[in-house]
Amino acid sequence: MDKVRLQREAAFIRSSLLDQGYLDEQFIQLEELQDNDNPNFVEEVVTLFYTDSARLIYNIDQALLSNPTDFTKLDDYMHQFKGSCSSIGAKKVKNECNGFGEYCEAQNYDGCFRTFQQIKQEYINLKKKLETYFQLLKEAA
Amino acid sequence: MAGGEVLRQNLPEKLEESPSGANELHVLAVDDSLVDRKVIERLLKISSCKVTVVESGTRALQYLGLDGDKKSSIGFDSVKVNLIMTDYSMPGMTGYDLLKKIKQESSVFREIPVVIMSSENILTRIDRCLEEGAEDFLLKPVKLSDVRRLKDFIMRGEVKEGEKRCCKRSRSEDCSPSSMTHPCDSSLLSSLSSSSVLSPLSPSTLSSKKSRL
Repeated sequence: MDKVRLQREAAFIRSSLLDQGYLDEQFIQLEELQDNDNPNFVEEVVTLFYTDSARLIYNIDQALLSNPTDFTKLDDYMHQFKGSCSSIGAKKVKNECNGFGEYCEAQNYDGCFRTFQQIKQEYINLKKKLETYFQLLKEAA
Repeated sequence: MAGGEVLRQNLPEKLEESPSGANELHVLAVDDSLVDRKVIERLLKISSCKVTVVESGTRALQYLGLDGDKKSSIGFDSVKVNLIMTDYSMPGMTGYDLLKKIKQESSVFREIPVVIMSSENILTRIDRCLEEGAEDFLLKPVKLSDVRRLKDFIMRGEVKEGEKRCCKRSRSEDCSPSSMTHPCDSSLLSSLSSSSVLSPLSPSTLSSKKSRL
């Protein structure tokens, strides 16, 4: 496989993610923390993000299935999820979360439910793109 | 053990000697978020700090030897922390609760600067933390520049403290608690009395805080 082409592809994905607002400066900050002693730092953080998100998404799904709805719990889980998104620079997903918070406060179950499906979709979107990106980086190395 | 003796032997302000011989800041970071723990640890290590990361306020107190029942002298001797950085929103004991507990302690631990980190820019929260004695309030995600600024400030304080101790020892053997003031105390108090929300750090802090508010 042509490594230069792979590197260019990876760089292109990275630029698009930043330009299109999927990722923000925080992602770049993480890249700056990577060096020869910690060459996989960004991927490690992102992997932790997937693990943490899986847990939180599961918890939110479960909370949305519970009757009566515990909006405090929902808000708390979402706050944690939003924090994780912010920490890796997942701008688009983080922004989708704002709507959820408002519906929680208004104790609007339908709003919460609908918004959460969107959030999950955005998260899956980002995850796919990032997985492709890191895979390309590996192959290009 | 007399109070004076404990202070002389176990000053948390003392810098740890790293293998290379250079003086290292030991930072205790507290955060319930898996992702944030990894990031803050890296931010601190890349800034040449020794790092201990724990996931809760309870664990932090245990590490410091302040968990109530086990104030063993072993705990006092082995733990030297120069800075505590804690997340605000944590289940059980919040960062604010942890801050209060530390500031209520004997003068040895009360002297350790505590910095609060939060993803929420809430003025009343910031005020409350600073009033309770927090050194600074950082908005998440915490940046390398935040850590560097913090480190510089703490290191300056450590140097002053070291110089103070040298002077005291040459004058007398008596290290009474009342003479062990932290360089931050007077400046922090003056900033509070002027109703300033901001902590007494470098101008760059002020401008960064302003832009956040």
